[in-house]
Amino acid sequence: MRLRFDEQLSELNTSLIEMGALIERAIASATKVLEEQDVETARRIIAEDETIDEQERDIESMCLKLLLHQQPVAGDLRQVSTALKMITDMERIGDHASDISELCVYLADQTYIKKLDHISSMANATIKMVKESIDSFVKKDLALAHSVIAYDDVVDDLYSTIKKELIGLVHENVDNGEQAFDLLQIAKYYERIGDHAVNIAEWVIFSITGKHKNKQVL
Amino acid sequence: MNCFGIRGLNLYYAGFHALKDISMDIEAKKVTAFIGPSGCGKSTLIKTLNRMNDLVEDCRITGEVRLFGESVFGGMDVNHLRKRVGMVFQKPNPFPMSVYDNIAFGPRSHGIRSKYELDEIVETSLRNAAIWDEVKDRLRKSALGLSGGQQQRMCIARALAVAPEVLLMDEPTSALDPVSTGKIEELLLTLREDYSIVIVTHNMQQAARISDSTAFLLLGDLVEYGGTEALFAMPKDKRTEDYITGRFG
Repeated sequence: MRLRFDEQLSELNTSLIEMGALIERAIASATKVLEEQDVETARRIIAEDETIDEQERDIESMCLKLLLHQQPVAGDLRQVSTALKMITDMERIGDHASDISELCVYLADQTYIKKLDHISSMANATIKMVKESIDSFVKKDLALAHSVIAYDDVVDDLYSTIKKELIGLVHENVDNGEQAFDLLQIAKYYERIGDHAVNIAEWVIFSITGKHKNKQVL
Repeated sequence: MNCFGIRGLNLYYAGFHALKDISMDIEAKKVTAFIGPSGCGKSTLIKTLNRMNDLVEDCRITGEVRLFGESVFGGMDVNHLRKRVGMVFQKPNPFPMSVYDNIAFGPRSHGIRSKYELDEIVETSLRNAAIWDEVKDRLRKSALGLSGGQQQRMCIARALAVAPEVLLMDEPTSALDPVSTGKIEELLLTLREDYSIVIVTHNMQQAARISDSTAFLLLGDLVEYGGTEALFAMPKDKRTEDYITGRFG
């Protein structure tokens, strides 16, 4: 029964996994660029953001065709509508990886005013959140989606720590101000990536339970 | 307010148990859809609401159906019941007479003779069924000359002509093209303001579009009944999910 439709839903999942892999790689590469001040890789990430945008358009088109051809209801409707919501956040995550890379190009010839360990921790935490949010969708894993949302506190705490450190560094020497501002902006991009992963997890919860942020959508 | 209160309703066609212990309330001035695979009992259930099964041989009914609190099986006169609860069938069934006489048929059989009164009922009924403009210049011509969609709307007008409280519709658009179907769906949404409507449909999207509540029946059981949007977005029973997503089999 509805074998073609099931195949299409499976293709939709595969495409989301692929887009997820692209954005995870973009965040990881942006972090490496930051650590190694590698301008060439930074430029590649900025260029590759177009691939993520294309993937978003492809998945969007796939979802709209599924709505048109299959007129899904119940779990199918929730799956397709969740995919449509998820890709907006996934595309924004790709943009933030690109934004981080752009700042890295600017910072490439500067000596860092602080160790990057907390920023690296933020990067790893957000990669974990992004990966698990998409995994939770594909596996329909409610507990994993909830754990992604809870993990955002780790990212927020790291952001606060970095912010305090940078304020301290500016107090020590006002010449640190410009780079401190850039590093804070980078940390803010990671913090936003965490928020987008939370958005994804919240829609995954909707796809499983019919409730978004504890409210019945329909 | 509920138009129908159904309690412990069982219906048997000889040895076949067609409706199994159905209990549900049907809200007044709303559209309620019955869905389910062929043979699930949805048409049997809708026909029970105005006792269309009375003449079916070996049909035995237990339980209770109340129309605004009054038992339809007790002392209620069946003609009176059918005046209050009109029915529109799958295939348009115009009588072989003029459009005017089709609409006036019911009121006349209930004793209305005044031409003025009948003229008014015919015009109002046809207007309420959104077909007046299409037939006003051919009221005296045979209803059989209308298109299928027009015939069906005329049949709805004919049902409205006796001022019913409830309209039962058994797959009213399944024989119609998409344009006629669209007109009838629009009409139902308007009629809902004044009438209680119960509709049997095989078209899942139609149930989702026009009904306020949906009941899913399977093998004579009422499996799930609730608000249409919730039932189509988040069905509680796996059998409902399997059926509405087309994975039933």
